[in-house]
Amino acid sequence: MSEPNPKGSNSKGPDPKGRDAKGPDANGSKAKSPDANGSNAKAPDAASPAPVPKGPNGVNPDKDVAAQTLPGQRLDHGEVIGVRHGMFGAGDGGDTTGYGRLVRTVRLPGRATRPYGGWFDEVADELEGALEEQGLVPENAIEKTVVDRDELTFHIAREHLPVVARTLRDDPALRFELCTGVSGVHLPGDKGRELHAVYHLRSITHNRLIRLEVGVPDDDRHIPSVVDVYPTNDWHERETYDFFGLVFDGHPALTRIMMPDDWQGFPQRKDYPLGGIPVEYKGAQIPAPDQRRSYS
Amino acid sequence: MTTPNDAGPRETTEGPVYTVTGGDWDEIASAAQQADDERIIVNMGPQHPSTHGVLRLILEIDGETVTEARCGIGYLHTGIEKNLEFRTWTQGTTFVTRMDYLTPFFNETAYCLAVEKLLGIEDDVPDRASVVRVMLMELNRISSHLVAIATGGMELGATTIMIYGFRDRELVLDIFELITGLRMNHAYVRPGGLAQDLPPGAVDQVREFVKKMRRNLPEYDKLATGNPIFKGRMQDVGYLDLTGCMALGATGPILRSAGLPHDLRKAQPYCGYETYDFDVPTADSCDAYGRFLIRLEEMRQSLRIVEQCLDRLQPGPVMVADKKIAWPAQLALGPDGLGNSLDHIKKIMGTSMEALIHHFKLVTEGFRVPPGQAYSAVESPKGELGVHVVSDGGTRPYRVHFRDPSFTNLQAMAAMCEGGQVADVIVAVASIDPVMGGVDR
Repeated sequence: MSEPNPKGSNSKGPDPKGRDAKGPDANGSKAKSPDANGSNAKAPDAASPAPVPKGPNGVNPDKDVAAQTLPGQRLDHGEVIGVRHGMFGAGDGGDTTGYGRLVRTVRLPGRATRPYGGWFDEVADELEGALEEQGLVPENAIEKTVVDRDELTFHIAREHLPVVARTLRDDPALRFELCTGVSGVHLPGDKGRELHAVYHLRSITHNRLIRLEVGVPDDDRHIPSVVDVYPTNDWHERETYDFFGLVFDGHPALTRIMMPDDWQGFPQRKDYPLGGIPVEYKGAQIPAPDQRRSYS
Repeated sequence: MTTPNDAGPRETTEGPVYTVTGGDWDEIASAAQQADDERIIVNMGPQHPSTHGVLRLILEIDGETVTEARCGIGYLHTGIEKNLEFRTWTQGTTFVTRMDYLTPFFNETAYCLAVEKLLGIEDDVPDRASVVRVMLMELNRISSHLVAIATGGMELGATTIMIYGFRDRELVLDIFELITGLRMNHAYVRPGGLAQDLPPGAVDQVREFVKKMRRNLPEYDKLATGNPIFKGRMQDVGYLDLTGCMALGATGPILRSAGLPHDLRKAQPYCGYETYDFDVPTADSCDAYGRFLIRLEEMRQSLRIVEQCLDRLQPGPVMVADKKIAWPAQLALGPDGLGNSLDHIKKIMGTSMEALIHHFKLVTEGFRVPPGQAYSAVESPKGELGVHVVSDGGTRPYRVHFRDPSFTNLQAMAAMCEGGQVADVIVAVASIDPVMGGVDR
């Protein structure tokens, strides 16, 4: 990995196969580097908002590809979803360890740049071409392409989701016949896109798997339904509605599926408590799971 | 309100409602004849023995014909996905193993493969761990298919095949108990490898089982495969062709009974499946009988894979070498059900303060997983079991979603049952082999 790759924090670069590419990830994802041992002195620097391209230890993340993928060191790369303070999840003071001043920015893998590697480019080209044929500007429909951990993710603007899904299913060069449903993710820290709907599409013809992601704001949580294209998503969209409150417009019967019909609230959202009662074990009171000490 | 043994009618705005408990059919039939409305809505379940747990089937019938069929699910929803967000990554296996309780090893392996992908340690998982994972998954496939065939037979009134199925499944559960300490809900596969190495005697017992199973499997053929009653009840029932399967996302035996040899073990191999020699059976009948034959043949293929696993088991570690992920000790079973390793306690309590701190932090706090998301899928006995995992860089999963094949396949119930007879609904649902623990999670 000698080529500088300024934007794509996790793009696999020029690797021809894509699958075996370990490149930047291999270093970044070793659990050794995150501070499981409470000894990562680099994190506060890395998370500082200053736009200095130089990271800690004089590492220039724009030159050294491996450095930028270290957690907390991606600087302006990636999508900020939150900031962590301290080390032990104690938010109400009382941290005497000295780690209380740790500040780390949490970033999801960011935009990738061409080439994506392997068949990823082929799929991206075909999709963009097919969208153009239908009079769509690909840049409007595909907000962002992320390549991370050998997986290809298209972030799709919600109004174009049905067209993109239909194109992915019907285009002979794409042929993603099987949708494995939709999974919701609630990211309160991702301002303006708090709720994500994640679709995994499998092409049996070409033996490929891609991911579509749609982010919508919490105060306008509507996404067009893809049940027309993939009838299998009927129950999956109901489930995601049930748990996250995402409204899939155009769904034939968007009702709760797991929770009782008169249930209040959406249980999988991060602002919905887990609940539970303290239990006694060997004479000690063990608090409910969401009341226990956690490690941020 | 009616008591459970009272079939007397109860007037509602929708018309009279009968609670049927068996033995009171005459009353129902005469009441139905008198009603001017031909349309009857039957609520089957959620506690009906044929519904694999707590599934509610809502059937609109016209005479003996089902005109509309719907499922009511959610009776077994236990919030496992939400609970995972409040435990460490390692503790997650304890939860996911309880989802589809007939396929615990598939849930655990799929989850661990996703976590390993997030950690970037897929290539570091030792060979022995992968081989044992494959072996346990294939044994688990056999036990799951045995339950599918056994309960499916029981629902047709064939109690002998039920006894056969549970008899042979018991042999598999004995192996699981020997290896993991538990018959179900094992939490044996962990991110990075396995909780334990195989105990002494496990290999011999598995070999013995393969031999015994080779003898027992033909009994199912003798009893059912050519049986005219069995065929009469199953053939052309629960019909779903390839188009229907693709649209409804049906995978596993349902998809293969429509003739498409799609199997993730071949298409997107994991755990080294590409190095094993086995066939993917298919049928072209698109019906319940085809699915039965496929399950039977898949058990034979699983035995082949198990034998290959036994042959290639080499001594070695069963956990990644990275001490920041791997729990430090070989644990034993204590009198209170918790594992302790005396050697390890001696070391951390007596010789090394750092080892004690490390042990404490790793077990209570857990390891961190770099931010990002991953999807991993395995071919469970029921179809594509997919796991979508999101990490925010913390010691707990940020979000885990299971795409359970039972959940997706159960959607096909309406397509299989509408237009058919009421009695065939049971056969069709049995051929889907839904397990509500997985459907509702």
